[in-house]
Amino acid sequence: MPVFLAHLMTTGLGPFYDGLAHLFVTPEDLLPVLALSLAAGLRGPAGGRAVLFVLPAAWFAGTMLGRLFAPHWIWPVVSAGLTVSLGALAAIDRRLPTAIVAVLAAMLGLWNGSWNGIELARSGAAALGTGLGIACAVFVVVALLGAVAAAVRALWARIAVRVAGSWIAAAGLFMLGWALR
Amino acid sequence: MSLNTQRRSGGLATLAWLLPAALFAHTRGGEAAGLLAGLSHPVSGLDHVLAMVAVGLWGAQLGPPAVWLLPVAFPMVMALGGTLGLVGVHLPGVEIGIALSAIGLGAAVLFEAKPKLGVAAALVGFFAIFHGHAHGTELPPGANGLLYSIGFVVATGLLHLAGIGIGTIHRWPAGRTALRWTGALVALAGLAFLWKAVT
Repeated sequence: MPVFLAHLMTTGLGPFYDGLAHLFVTPEDLLPVLALSLAAGLRGPAGGRAVLFVLPAAWFAGTMLGRLFAPHWIWPVVSAGLTVSLGALAAIDRRLPTAIVAVLAAMLGLWNGSWNGIELARSGAAALGTGLGIACAVFVVVALLGAVAAAVRALWARIAVRVAGSWIAAAGLFMLGWALR
Repeated sequence: MSLNTQRRSGGLATLAWLLPAALFAHTRGGEAAGLLAGLSHPVSGLDHVLAMVAVGLWGAQLGPPAVWLLPVAFPMVMALGGTLGLVGVHLPGVEIGIALSAIGLGAAVLFEAKPKLGVAAALVGFFAIFHGHAHGTELPPGANGLLYSIGFVVATGLLHLAGIGIGTIHRWPAGRTALRWTGALVALAGLAFLWKAVT
């Protein structure tokens, strides 16, 4: 089984901007963040606020910790599983306690952040700057998307958010297939 | 060389000196090719297009909550079928299953079938497995697999939306008749696919 690595890009503008750009060109990381932002936003402002601070902090902590781990096929497999679960969570629109949403955010941040950290250690890139850049990008995505989802009132708009969640879950299933292939 | 041409050349040279690091440093390959291939693949085969649009048409006939539940269920189960294909699980009679999906969904639209929501979702999900298994893994060489899959899911979802959009004519009597005829055409096309699959 191949070891998939969360690729890190080089913008030529320094580690912080490399980290900022990384999230937007890495669907393996972007998709679960989108799913969690939508799911948390559907829970209202409290859910959105929990994810807004927990996810970037956990992602940064994971990036720092991940430098200690070795590449393994389990990283993309679990990441794909998280993407499926979070996409499905947005799709089914179940009311979850804010604490559970925060725990899910911590799990995602630590896991995918660690995966980024492994790649950072492998490539010899500056972990602190890149990790901060990734965490800031995560913060921005959660703030924007979570706010949009939290503001949704019309039934059709809520359904649109749930459909987006189902598409992310479907893409996550394919991600799992590609990781296991 | 005129002065203007020289100035333009100088400007381009300066731009070329400034940009390479930013533009070419990202070395992952096949992203655009993968996404575009995934987006275009579902609309390149009539079997997939007709079945996807028929899901939307049937959903529109059934009304809420089926109108959004069926298009939510289909991509997720389709992805499951694609994952089975990716990990090497053999599914017999895939082409026959795809042909039967057009026949079944076309007939459902033709007869305005109104089963229980769970039965409708299970039927749509059953057909989705064949579509995912057959089309979800046809990755062009050099393309990014995940982005191909994302494009494939999005295009499939948009085909459902197109079906739901067309299905809004259901509110008028003439539209209801037109919708049923459309279902008949889909079912007939399915019979043609079935003939092709078994001969």
